[in-house]
Amino acid sequence: MFNEVIGKRSDKVKNIVERGMVKKFAESIGDSHPIFIDEVFGKESRYGQNIAPPTFPRVFEYGTIDELYLPNKGLIHGEQTYHYERPLLVGEEIYCYMEVADYYEKNGGNGLMGFIILKRYGEDSEENTIFTEKQVVIITETVRKELVR
Amino acid sequence: MKRLMDLQTGDSLEEITLKPVSRIDLIKYAGASGDFNPIHTIDKEATKAGLPGIIAHGMWTMGNLSKLFTPYLEDGFIQDYTIRFSGMVFLEDVVTLKAVVQDSSVTHMIFKVMAVNQDEKEVIKGKINFKKYQ
Repeated sequence: MFNEVIGKRSDKVKNIVERGMVKKFAESIGDSHPIFIDEVFGKESRYGQNIAPPTFPRVFEYGTIDELYLPNKGLIHGEQTYHYERPLLVGEEIYCYMEVADYYEKNGGNGLMGFIILKRYGEDSEENTIFTEKQVVIITETVRKELVR
Repeated sequence: MKRLMDLQTGDSLEEITLKPVSRIDLIKYAGASGDFNPIHTIDKEATKAGLPGIIAHGMWTMGNLSKLFTPYLEDGFIQDYTIRFSGMVFLEDVVTLKAVVQDSSVTHMIFKVMAVNQDEKEVIKGKINFKKYQ
């Protein structure tokens, strides 16, 4: 049922690694290390700037894929992968988009489960990839039936 | 704190045990991450979804787990971070974060990472490939 959206992409969205958001995010995961939040510490670090924690891209906007409808309830987040070329620097602009990389179904204990593979990308202003993200979202049979109805 | 370069295969980073998970932890994460799925904050929505109670965002636990590596960010960075969400984290659960060196080379160190609850049950597990600066 999601086969027709495989390969679809969103348009790029400009995001900024905002200092305040990095601080709030670091606090929310109990990781208020000065490398993330102390300006002087950041300047004196090898990065010359504060950086963001590796799961920070959760806060970015990636645009929407019109053809992709996912309910906001009943989805299971199965797996998550990040790949970085370097850490994200506070203050920089990151251009983000997402694509539906794959969809397949498997029979499990709770009936036929759907697996959607979403890929997300973050690039600098020169289109160099800074990070990629792969997310496996599991759609249970109950939710799939709701969607078909 | 051990120096990264002194770690051998089989060695662990110092474990961190979090304080019992509270609703305010999850509300804060919802606000900071923008993930407002109500099964993480509102009891009634969690029950409606067939859960015994609200559960932590998987990404909250994954976010917490990476802090084992934060003290080493001057020596390198997390290049690859893969997690499988294998169990649920409920309110009052006590989560412990672990990382064990699986392999290392001149340029990288590979860690098996996991978070377990108070019953030693794995709630998330995966791998971190830490790239060392030369």
